[in-house]
Amino acid sequence: MRHIISVLLENESGALSRVSGLFSARGFNIESLTVAQTNDSGLSRMTIVSSGNDRVIEQIVKQLNKLIDVVKVIDLTDQDHVERELMLVKVCVKKKDELEVKQLVDIFSCKIVDVSDRTYTIEIAGKTRKINAFLNALDFAIVMEVSRTGVTGISRGRTVI
Amino acid sequence: MHIYDALETQDAVKHILVRHEQGATHAADGYARVSGKPGVVLVTSGPGITNAVTGIATAHMDSIPMVIISGQVPSPLIGGDAFQEVDAVGITRSCVKHNFLIKDVKNIANTVKRAFHIATTGRPGPVLIDIPKDITIAQMTPEPYPESVDIRSYKPTIKASDRQIKKAAQLMAKSRRPILYSGGGSVIGNASKELRELTHLLNFPITQTLMGLGAFPGSDELSLGMLGMHGTYEANMAMHGADCVVAIGARFDDRITGNLAKFCPTAKIIHIDIDPSSISKNVVADVPIVGQVKQVLGALCVELKDEKLADISKWWAQINDWRAVDSLSYEKAEGIIKPQTVIEALYEVTKGEAIVTSDVGQHQMWAAQYYLFDEPRRWINSGGLGTMGFGLPAAMGAKLADPSRDVACVTGEGSIQMMLQELSTMLQYNTPVKIVSLNNGYLGMVRQWQEFFYEKRYAMSYMDALPDFVKLAESYGHVGIRVEKEADLKPALIEAFAQKDRTVFLDILTDPTENVFPMIPAGGAHCDMLLAGHNDMISKDETDFNAV
Repeated sequence: MRHIISVLLENESGALSRVSGLFSARGFNIESLTVAQTNDSGLSRMTIVSSGNDRVIEQIVKQLNKLIDVVKVIDLTDQDHVERELMLVKVCVKKKDELEVKQLVDIFSCKIVDVSDRTYTIEIAGKTRKINAFLNALDFAIVMEVSRTGVTGISRGRTVI
Repeated sequence: MHIYDALETQDAVKHILVRHEQGATHAADGYARVSGKPGVVLVTSGPGITNAVTGIATAHMDSIPMVIISGQVPSPLIGGDAFQEVDAVGITRSCVKHNFLIKDVKNIANTVKRAFHIATTGRPGPVLIDIPKDITIAQMTPEPYPESVDIRSYKPTIKASDRQIKKAAQLMAKSRRPILYSGGGSVIGNASKELRELTHLLNFPITQTLMGLGAFPGSDELSLGMLGMHGTYEANMAMHGADCVVAIGARFDDRITGNLAKFCPTAKIIHIDIDPSSISKNVVADVPIVGQVKQVLGALCVELKDEKLADISKWWAQINDWRAVDSLSYEKAEGIIKPQTVIEALYEVTKGEAIVTSDVGQHQMWAAQYYLFDEPRRWINSGGLGTMGFGLPAAMGAKLADPSRDVACVTGEGSIQMMLQELSTMLQYNTPVKIVSLNNGYLGMVRQWQEFFYEKRYAMSYMDALPDFVKLAESYGHVGIRVEKEADLKPALIEAFAQKDRTVFLDILTDPTENVFPMIPAGGAHCDMLLAGHNDMISKDETDFNAV
């Protein structure tokens, strides 16, 4: 089962490689990993999407907690949460495709953020499923380049990590 | 160079100049295992740190406190493929508890304090500090060494949950086929006293892992000996038949459990460990208890003191039947020394009081089986990583930690050749140990597996062109004795230990065909054992214990 694990860790050099090294050394799988500084400049927050049965996920959480740089770990999947992913996609647009692409952008409530001679760059944010759906809706032949951030998440309500 | 220069102008730190960095880490490791204090290693950059990695990984697998300080090329050169540069922090990341790269001279004191704190608390382990050359010469106004340290992301659990302890106590009190399974955590966690108290209070049978031997006396009536791949028949059968297994500072290693699907089929598992990630990693615990083994066992003693316990006399009767199989018995042969006899003689000559280090292989198993350790921190071996070459430098470290006690290094002609150069260090620093080398001309454990599982195709397990170990020892300034006949064995051991101030190398020719029994073949259950003198595997799945 897919899990979204949120990790608060010291903002120190090497901290990211400790986490990624742990996943590769113990054979845990990573679907995506995002990391950036938080409102506290000494802390980074990392969101990892992984999959496995309950025992595997329990081990992932425990092993992450064992890392000295890790302050806190929660499995967001267990609680009510918001998750988002951002994708930038560059498409090659011929005159005949323009209308269809713009309609899709409307339907999916996303934005065209850059236009050049025959290319559009579209920004879309949302759940992974929505992004996949948008990508599938685009004519495969016109997609030139895709860049996705991976999922980031936060719990709903007053709960904090 | 600057660190060494500073060492020369002080007396507080005693430095031992080893011959190889792997020897340094094993010696520091042996020192730590015997003394309970962290071992400290200083190595140079590049090959210095890569050579040390085997010893660091060995300490990491066995949770041994150690601080390794590695030199690094000057900060401005880092990342430029400088002479003797390796990414020490990167290379060691997966085999240390934590590591640091110091980037500012002002951080040295604080980092050293944190390193020792992390290495010695919680589940101990090695911590590396990588320090670039320019930082070692940078100037600063001296500040006092920090007295305490607070790391917000590192707070090991000490006191276990009372609720879990109560739950465990209730389960233990009503169990009718209980067994205590104690591991290295009881030794490292200094929980020997509490373990003895609890075991005697409950009158439960106890088995110990390779890493745990000595926390509970091996010669005690309640001790079933070691369990696992080369455990005793009674220990393994009791694990298989138990209705309650109390794992104490043990981690359900594959050499202990055998086939996980068939492991302890009828038991509830109580698991006590300071490291939450050890719990339910390999075997799911019914009652997990995170905390210091010493504190938890103490609390269990209090909880169970006035508790009415279930009658386990039938269980003991069953165990004593298994004991009667006498799975460690072996047949002597005319004209050849049996390796088991050597360990028995060593036990007798040292009255069971020596510190015994070992390398890895058959000799390690025989030492664990036949030398009954009655005290913790006397049996020093590389259990987790299984590092050949560990024994000799570890013996040196052990002797430095406890100079008044006899130290024996049980080894084989294969293992000893991996760290031989430390014989030179041992002369320089006068650390007299007795090397008991079981020379059977084979990498014996490999040969045993080939005999059992590879139709006797002995690929690359025969050691041809062995040196003359007596002359070798003598050339290093030590004493060498070759033993070829059983009649000479005990006199040679007595003579060796009588030479208090000398390192003595006993090159003992032993039966090349002897195998370690009992043995659970890979993938087997605890009830599937090969026993000495039986051609076929004994497989007794006696899971129907309701009558007991």
